[in-house]
Amino acid sequence: MTGAESLSWWAAVPIALLLVLGGLVTVIGALGLVRLQDFYQRIHGPAIAITLGAGCILLASMLYFTLSQSRLVIHEVLISLFVLMTAPVVAMLIMRAGVYRDLRNRSERAGTGDTSAPD
Amino acid sequence: MKRWLPSPALSVSLMLMWLMLNGSVEPAHWLLGGVLGIVAPLLSRPLQPHGYAVLRKPMALVRLLCFSAIEIVRSCINVSQIILMRRAVRVNSQFIRVPLDLRSPHGLALLSCLINTTPGTVWVDLLPAKHELLLHVFDLHSEAWWVETIKTRYERPIMEVFEHPVSRGELS
Repeated sequence: MTGAESLSWWAAVPIALLLVLGGLVTVIGALGLVRLQDFYQRIHGPAIAITLGAGCILLASMLYFTLSQSRLVIHEVLISLFVLMTAPVVAMLIMRAGVYRDLRNRSERAGTGDTSAPD
Repeated sequence: MKRWLPSPALSVSLMLMWLMLNGSVEPAHWLLGGVLGIVAPLLSRPLQPHGYAVLRKPMALVRLLCFSAIEIVRSCINVSQIILMRRAVRVNSQFIRVPLDLRSPHGLALLSCLINTTPGTVWVDLLPAKHELLLHVFDLHSEAWWVETIKTRYERPIMEVFEHPVSRGELS
């Protein structure tokens, strides 16, 4: 396998751009976890990291290995397929767990006569 | 034929997956992939209570996937903008309800995957009473727009792909 320095500039520039873009999007997704207020908003932050962030990095990986080994390397397509098939399920499960937790808290509060404001 | 190859599309995609995983097109891998494509659907058939999905209009599925890919990139940009630019208290996150006509379990699975993959929307639950989808939207501007978009851009193509035209007539 050849190193990154042997790549010509027309290949290195798009790969570097994609990597930087993917990294930026992932950072923004993580920033969302910090900045957003409640649980239901925070679940939307990582969604951009797993779609556009992972997509850009995998595209860069495909380009880099295809060009540096001069053969078609596309098994990253499988990674993105598996991510796109499993991540939605996880998001749905976490969301429903959150909703049921809130519903239970609310009914417990109603049961004990505690009238502090529900969220 | 039907008995040993319950879903040709699934078998072909399993074989392609095997070839991609190994990154080679040697005859031995074609053979192993072929065996995987025949054996895996047969072994996993008891795990599929609804049977394997039948794609009635593959082209409509491709169009739908292209549309949602564009939509994913667009909403990624929107969500990043909101995270970076706006104060969190001013983000209008809401639960909305979308009445669905889609009944096919495979179609519902695909719809939930597409909705959850698109940043800014998360599928919460399917309310059984009226067959309504409970959806959480990150930044809601107009509920009617969301209902309209999901029904025309996502639900209708999925019904074309997965459902009989006849059963659709009965439902409406």
